[in-house]
Amino acid sequence: MDVDLQQVEEAAKELYIRALKILPPDIKAGIAALARGETDATAKSILGTMIRNISVAEDNANLLCQDTGIPIYNVAIGRAVTVDGYALKQAIRRGCERATREHPLRSSVVHPLTRMNEHTSCGRGVPVINIDFSESGESLSIEMIPKGSGSENSSWLKMAIPAEGVDAIKTFVIDCVLESGGKSCPPTVVGVGVGGTADLCVHLAKQAATRPLGSRCADAEGAELERALSAAVNRLGVGPQGLGGDATAFAVHVETAATHITMNPVAVNMQCHSARRARATFTPAGLEYGF
Amino acid sequence: MAHYDFNTPVAEAAIRALRVNDTVTLNGTLYGIRDATQIHMFDRGRKTRFDLAGHAVIHTAPNVKKVQASAAHPAGYAPVCVGTTTSARMERFTRPLMSQYGVRMIIGKGGMLADSLAAFAELGGVYLAIVGGAAALETTWIEQIEDVDLDDLNPESLWRFRVKGFGPLLVAMDSHGASLYTGLKQAAAGRRAAVLASLGVK
Repeated sequence: MDVDLQQVEEAAKELYIRALKILPPDIKAGIAALARGETDATAKSILGTMIRNISVAEDNANLLCQDTGIPIYNVAIGRAVTVDGYALKQAIRRGCERATREHPLRSSVVHPLTRMNEHTSCGRGVPVINIDFSESGESLSIEMIPKGSGSENSSWLKMAIPAEGVDAIKTFVIDCVLESGGKSCPPTVVGVGVGGTADLCVHLAKQAATRPLGSRCADAEGAELERALSAAVNRLGVGPQGLGGDATAFAVHVETAATHITMNPVAVNMQCHSARRARATFTPAGLEYGF
Repeated sequence: MAHYDFNTPVAEAAIRALRVNDTVTLNGTLYGIRDATQIHMFDRGRKTRFDLAGHAVIHTAPNVKKVQASAAHPAGYAPVCVGTTTSARMERFTRPLMSQYGVRMIIGKGGMLADSLAAFAELGGVYLAIVGGAAALETTWIEQIEDVDLDDLNPESLWRFRVKGFGPLLVAMDSHGASLYTGLKQAAAGRRAAVLASLGVK
């Protein structure tokens, strides 16, 4: 299967705008479930405002949140796909720039030292484009995540040591949730990376934070850890917007990788309640948008 | 827990009457301000031509559309999506905003810290919490972008919005030394040991 790069550019543009306007169904259901279970009156009212905002965004075809984030594109290339990878990345970047100019969107991306904004949502190394290969045959999928800064600023890495064991991982996650408070726009998805190298550990935390609600860690040990931590963080009472209540997080998600005999790394990356993502899938049948 | 409807600007006495858990809805002028705006105003000596005395500022950098200047869009900008950013990054600017410009209300999300709380008590100010991430709704409360200053910092310009029914906003820090965030943060920290024990942490 060949992929039309003009279509990829259009999809990269469309995905950015769709992601900013339409929340995935699992997140909508997640907010509704938290609102039903909430026992604190202020928290219930805040969750109600979030639900109302989702409807207003859809009714007015407007952005859910002002933060257009740092654009991330996750590409999965099937085994029977032929594509010029370099040109694919250029097409995605052009689509991202066009979404920013043509909608228009606020460009939230600046040079890290001069703080200059090119007003394209692009810059050195941005958009982030992750390329991976999937088992599927004639299929290329692009997932787009506009990663908001309130939650991205709630990111931490700890190079714990083996003698500190799993207790260090659990304690670190709880302390990060406490430290983050209302700054990460809770309820959040708390993404936890366990193992790997330092950079892989943080990347795993990001993958965990942006996974759909209801999905489980493929590693049984990781799945058990995320189950225990999900229940625990909602007993802290941080609550929506850090103003108290039960709904501190939708879930804690864990992703794991093997690590070194001397290492015990743990990373936390959070996703806010406006946990936006969109997906375009190219197959021989055509292009389909979803989540 | 009382509700107040304010037309901005607001006198100090009205601000001093507010207590945490009260709610406020604003009408009139609202200024939008952000990290870079305040870095340039307070670290790099830049001044604004706007009179912020008695006013509210909101921690924002909006999505806007450049349009032909007209009666509806006097600044040549139409609002697309106006929301609120995390306040804590801008903690050190609360005091100069109040002492140099007379700002009385700061609107944001996530709360501010001890120096802001002290400045609110000394100078007569409040922090009004909005629901972060609810920007589509917030945008419906913005009538117009009336004017803009320091626009070379766009989108972190100093924006002058005209708002109607902007709220209800929760008084989360008041001029009497009360902060909802301080109490909740202490309570959450107090649950830490029990939560860790429930996870089997020794």
